[in-house]
Amino acid sequence: MSIEHLILRVVIKIMFAPILLFALYVQFHGDYGPGGGFQAGVIFAVAFILHALIMGLEETKRVLPVGVLKVMMVVGFLFYAGTGVATMLLGGNLLGYDAIDPQSTHHAGQHWGILLVEFGVGMAVSSTMLMIFYQFAGREQEIRDEDW
Amino acid sequence: MNLAAQLPVLPIITPLIAAPLTILMPSEKFGGRAPYVWATLVAWAAFAACAALLHAVATAGPISYHLGDWAPPIGIEYRIDLANALVLTLVSGVAALVMPFSFRSVRAEIDPRQTSLFYAALMICMAGLLGVTITGDAFNVFVFLEISSLSTYALVAMGGRTDRRALTASFNYLVMGTIGATFFVIGLGLLYQATGTLNMADVKHQLAGDNNRMVEAGFAFIVVGMGLKAAMFPMHLWMPNAYAYAPSVVSAFIAATATKVAVYVIIRFIYSVIGIEFGFIEAAFNYLLMPMAIAGMFFASIVAIFQDDVKRMLAYSSVGQIGYMLLGVSFGTEQGLTASLVHLINHGMMKGALFMAAACVMLRVGSHSISAYAGLARRMPATAAAFILSGLSLIGAPLTVGFISKWQLLAAAFDSGRAWAGFLVVASSFLAVIYVGRVIELMLLRPPAPDAAGVKEAPLSMIIPLLVLTGANVYFGLNTELTVDLAERAAHALMGSAR
Repeated sequence: MSIEHLILRVVIKIMFAPILLFALYVQFHGDYGPGGGFQAGVIFAVAFILHALIMGLEETKRVLPVGVLKVMMVVGFLFYAGTGVATMLLGGNLLGYDAIDPQSTHHAGQHWGILLVEFGVGMAVSSTMLMIFYQFAGREQEIRDEDW
Repeated sequence: MNLAAQLPVLPIITPLIAAPLTILMPSEKFGGRAPYVWATLVAWAAFAACAALLHAVATAGPISYHLGDWAPPIGIEYRIDLANALVLTLVSGVAALVMPFSFRSVRAEIDPRQTSLFYAALMICMAGLLGVTITGDAFNVFVFLEISSLSTYALVAMGGRTDRRALTASFNYLVMGTIGATFFVIGLGLLYQATGTLNMADVKHQLAGDNNRMVEAGFAFIVVGMGLKAAMFPMHLWMPNAYAYAPSVVSAFIAATATKVAVYVIIRFIYSVIGIEFGFIEAAFNYLLMPMAIAGMFFASIVAIFQDDVKRMLAYSSVGQIGYMLLGVSFGTEQGLTASLVHLINHGMMKGALFMAAACVMLRVGSHSISAYAGLARRMPATAAAFILSGLSLIGAPLTVGFISKWQLLAAAFDSGRAWAGFLVVASSFLAVIYVGRVIELMLLRPPAPDAAGVKEAPLSMIIPLLVLTGANVYFGLNTELTVDLAERAAHALMGSAR
């Protein structure tokens, strides 16, 4: 196997982990500063998109198959909605985070609630971004004439 | 969990959580039954919740639900009064009939690999429409509107497997729908600028009759944006193709619900957000809504007469029927508003039934062109009977819901001193006689096409929901307690809130 774009490949390999780390920073620091699930999800997806651009889509699909992305999309959304339903079951309204820790004097429930919801958002956004990228990049064939 | 206290959020959260779970279900195993059964159960659950809400609102008055326990105007509020409880019940009721109806039609028209995605999109669309209706927060309307619209674009495009024109129809709808949503959100931005709040009741409170250009412009943007979504007469061009080439089940669902919800939003913004004490509202009634409504009634009905495709014909007829609803609103009287709300509900029932009948014909004959209907009464008697009854309802024949609508509209026209509008309603109904009569004549009197020899009645899973909805057309034509009485009270409350 001839190694094309050697420099790019090496740079991506070096950058990959820090990008993921930065995504996690944006994710979990989103409570206190700019950021949050949406931005973190996009950054997280960017690492894999870079990987796909250099290593080829097939390589990335081996790392993160479409089936896994599908499950991540659903689980991410369910983290969000599930938090809402959990607060309902605990006696609050939908997404009424205070129900998570009603005894707290400083609304600790709000903190836990938004953390869970944002985690769900991050997961759903990163997997959806990648799914969109896969769909656009991985069009297997041209549309055949008889399909028109 | 206190179920009664959480009731307002259940119609939204149930399909919203159920939809992503559907994606994980196997599309092809069990012949695609898993997502179908699941979607049916979810639609029934949502309908039960909406019916319970309607009952609660009718007996105990409006309900306010604070999302995240944040009190309005800061938090998002779900506010259910009679007007939106009626629309909620309509949307979820149609869904509860369309979902069990869908199985055979979906198997025939949708790529088997996409079955679970199809049902997921349909449930998201339903959740979006219910959300638009239930919310008391102006920006939340936009969010749910986009949820329902985006899923509708995908659903319409899924018709591309049987007819490639669905793809351009869907793209056209996407462009027009996005323009509509953009106008709507610009209008919201202007109102927000003027008032500093997005809660509907609070916007009304802050405006307090304080007239300025920004409010006027905001209102204009909102009416144009929502008019696009509702296929108000000159902005209806996306609709005939979208309805004609969408999968039959999707046509039945969105024709009965989507435009109705948009009309409801127009009513809600006029009465509960802006308030009718503004001078420009009356100008909008007299110089915008009324002429457009009347033009739509005639223009769209005449175009419908010349259609060779039954689904396109029904779509054009919908444009005309939207005209009746807007005409009722434009009278600016309580009776006109009642007529408009009644027709909104009734039209959902008749168009739902007509498009379901068209889906049965599509399944058995394989076409929705008008020639497919020749001699149908002998081959598919139940479908033909349902089509004829709902068609009569569309015309406004006595003993059907259509008659109740027209009666209310006429009474409102005469009472507000606009007898000429009443005559125009009757005159345009004769156009409906022509376009519906054309199909009925074909079904009853013409010999069937020679290649349609093997055509038999649609399966029971489709006939039963179709007959239930057709039965509703007759039942609510005889017993107006639920529709007219509640609509009267809803209109009274809206009028009261508008002052």
